[in-house]
Amino acid sequence: MARVDVKKTYKLYIGGKFPRSESGRSYEVYAARKGEFLANAAQGSRKDARDAVTAARAAQPAWAGATAYNRGQVLYRVAEVMEARRPQLVQEVRDAEGLTAAAAEAVVSQAIDRWVWYAGWSDKYVQILGGLNPVAGPYFNISASEPTGVVAVLAPQESSLLGLVSVIAPVIVSGNAVVVVTSADRPLPAITLAECLATSDVPGGVVNIITGKASEIAPWLASHRDVNAIDLAGAAGADGVDWGALEEASAENLKRVLRPAGTGADAVEPDWTATPDLSRLTAFLETKTVWHPKGR
Amino acid sequence: MPKFEYAPAPESRAVVDLQSSYGLFINGEFVDGSGASFKSISPATEEVLAEVSVASDADVDAAVKAARTAYTRVWSRMSGADRGKYLYRIARILQERAREFAVLESLDNGKPIKESRDVDIPLAAAHFFYNAGWADKLGYAALPGGANPQPHGVVGQIIPWNFPMLMLSWKIAPALATGNTVVLKPAETTPLTALLFAEVCQQADLPPGVVNIVTGAGPTGQAIVDHPGIDKLAFTGSTGVGKMIARAISGTRKKATLELGGKAANIVFDDAPIDQAVEGIVRGIFFNQGHVCCAGSRLLVQETIAEEVESRLKRRLETLRVGDPLDKNTDVGAINSKAQLDRIIALTDVGEAEGAERWDNGCELPSKGFWFRPTVFTGVSQTHRIAQEEVFGPVLSVLTFRTPQEAVAKANNTPYGLSAGIWTEKGSRILWMADQLKAGVVWANTFNQFDPTSPFGGYKESGYGREGGRHGLEPYVKGTH
Repeated sequence: MARVDVKKTYKLYIGGKFPRSESGRSYEVYAARKGEFLANAAQGSRKDARDAVTAARAAQPAWAGATAYNRGQVLYRVAEVMEARRPQLVQEVRDAEGLTAAAAEAVVSQAIDRWVWYAGWSDKYVQILGGLNPVAGPYFNISASEPTGVVAVLAPQESSLLGLVSVIAPVIVSGNAVVVVTSADRPLPAITLAECLATSDVPGGVVNIITGKASEIAPWLASHRDVNAIDLAGAAGADGVDWGALEEASAENLKRVLRPAGTGADAVEPDWTATPDLSRLTAFLETKTVWHPKGR
Repeated sequence: MPKFEYAPAPESRAVVDLQSSYGLFINGEFVDGSGASFKSISPATEEVLAEVSVASDADVDAAVKAARTAYTRVWSRMSGADRGKYLYRIARILQERAREFAVLESLDNGKPIKESRDVDIPLAAAHFFYNAGWADKLGYAALPGGANPQPHGVVGQIIPWNFPMLMLSWKIAPALATGNTVVLKPAETTPLTALLFAEVCQQADLPPGVVNIVTGAGPTGQAIVDHPGIDKLAFTGSTGVGKMIARAISGTRKKATLELGGKAANIVFDDAPIDQAVEGIVRGIFFNQGHVCCAGSRLLVQETIAEEVESRLKRRLETLRVGDPLDKNTDVGAINSKAQLDRIIALTDVGEAEGAERWDNGCELPSKGFWFRPTVFTGVSQTHRIAQEEVFGPVLSVLTFRTPQEAVAKANNTPYGLSAGIWTEKGSRILWMADQLKAGVVWANTFNQFDPTSPFGGYKESGYGREGGRHGLEPYVKGTH
């Protein structure tokens, strides 16, 4: 007789822990192709989002204060752990996105490679983006990038792992902390990614992952005064989400807003297999310029 | 301490040839506005300087269309090298006519001639000169778009009254260098140097429509913000209006740079060179009558030296010369408008009512115009409104601290994040503090320094985007946020 396997309970990831939603709710997640039941995912709430922001705010200064070399190694470690969990990630991406085994393998490979790409930027982008400014006077003057703080991210609805990695890695590599609302219908790879993060020396609270409906959770993040920036990528194809309204709510404390791709009011999910540039990283940076006189 | 008596040393007004009325500058020509007009006065004397048109929605539309045509037919097709040469021409003409601009700026704005002459106008020319050189080198600037960064198209720019020409240069120079065309609205109380700049554009043979200048108040600005033909906005002004703009463009593809308010901490440690620090405190808050978004309006002084710093500061403030902006010996000029004076009076009254101790230098003030004595509040706590809200006037709030950690906590305890100052002889402490402070510009052992190569802009509710330097080009090319 075949062994009865042990199924995983998919929970949230907040402050380095895996709680259920405080609301006690869950929702059924189905496979994309044949619609078979996969799991009950936690249905995150407003309170979960607020807890996640609190955890992110608490974790952010130490993460930003770590050396860039250290952040780079920690993020590289995430790729190592993802590689070790490849079969599980491939299966979940197959189920979530209805891909063939070969296609899912390719997606997971690219997701791992993308972590490696962003990890390597940790101690380089500051040199690319800043430097000494030759002011017309006897002053030392230098500009350097700093993380903006706590960033809310609406993860893509379609690309459950590659898209997810592509929106988390560029935010945290610079020292931001992030609160992610996952794809509503395809949340399971995100929780497995959370398990990779939890075992990769990424400090608890640097990445917080909430499964559920963006239409329910995103407005609270957009209007939250202790969130510094918001990435609206996942508004594309999200039921009941009006990215313009989220951007409007974000103006209350002048959050930096990364709009979804598309033209006009439309939001489209970009092709995540395309080679990235630095724009998702620079969207969540501040430039600080320091002056000091020169003299004998 | 005896005050030195100075004979009056007025700069001549003869260099300025004021017209009695001005139209709008659209498509390379001055045209009559279709709306009403308003008067621009000298805040030092309340004398009417000129009548200026209020640009209506139709006027703004005409300006945007002129800018679009110029963008499509001329400016976007021109080589970067040629765009740069126009900007070099403008820089040179500004240098040639610098005194004229300085006098007009001081007349219209109320700032001391020594500031308009030595800071505002030379820096404005320098911004054009600096950005001129970028126009054919954008591929080297590590911008989105790599070797071939693309402009947005038509940019709407709305500037404040505190540094009229300097803010104009911060806005127009990088926009034109990157290949955009502009519609700019100067502030309603200080439109005259922008209109004189229109003449400079004519002298430089700048193609018609590349720069359009529309005058007016809030509704004119709103017409620019809402116009569907505008691709990007750049605004310097209050955080309140900045938020309105952010809301107005939400859900569209219009971009925005926002340079907004501030409540900067100027932090003085007990090992600081006190005399230099006092000069820096004065420069930080009394430069330009304190009408400076990055002004060092909160003095955080280490408890052990608080008394000494306060007494030396007050002694220094008693020597400040407040009065005629055109007098070459004037240190502090006129408050820019009656409305701003009323705001300063209201907030300082609240400061007193909330229990802070008020002191001013007791100087005589002219009988006409808008004036406010250099004022210091001591015994201020974090919760006082004068410690939280931007006064935008010659008013300093003094708070104390014991440890560097406390100084950082107090300095960052504000929704703003534009600038900060640090005074200490200890290098490692400067660098540690600079890392901790949530501010876009940190001045260590100096304050209120500006340069075209140096990026300027805020954290948090002081806005987003940078102006100046390589960073200042980024908001004007596609692929930015």
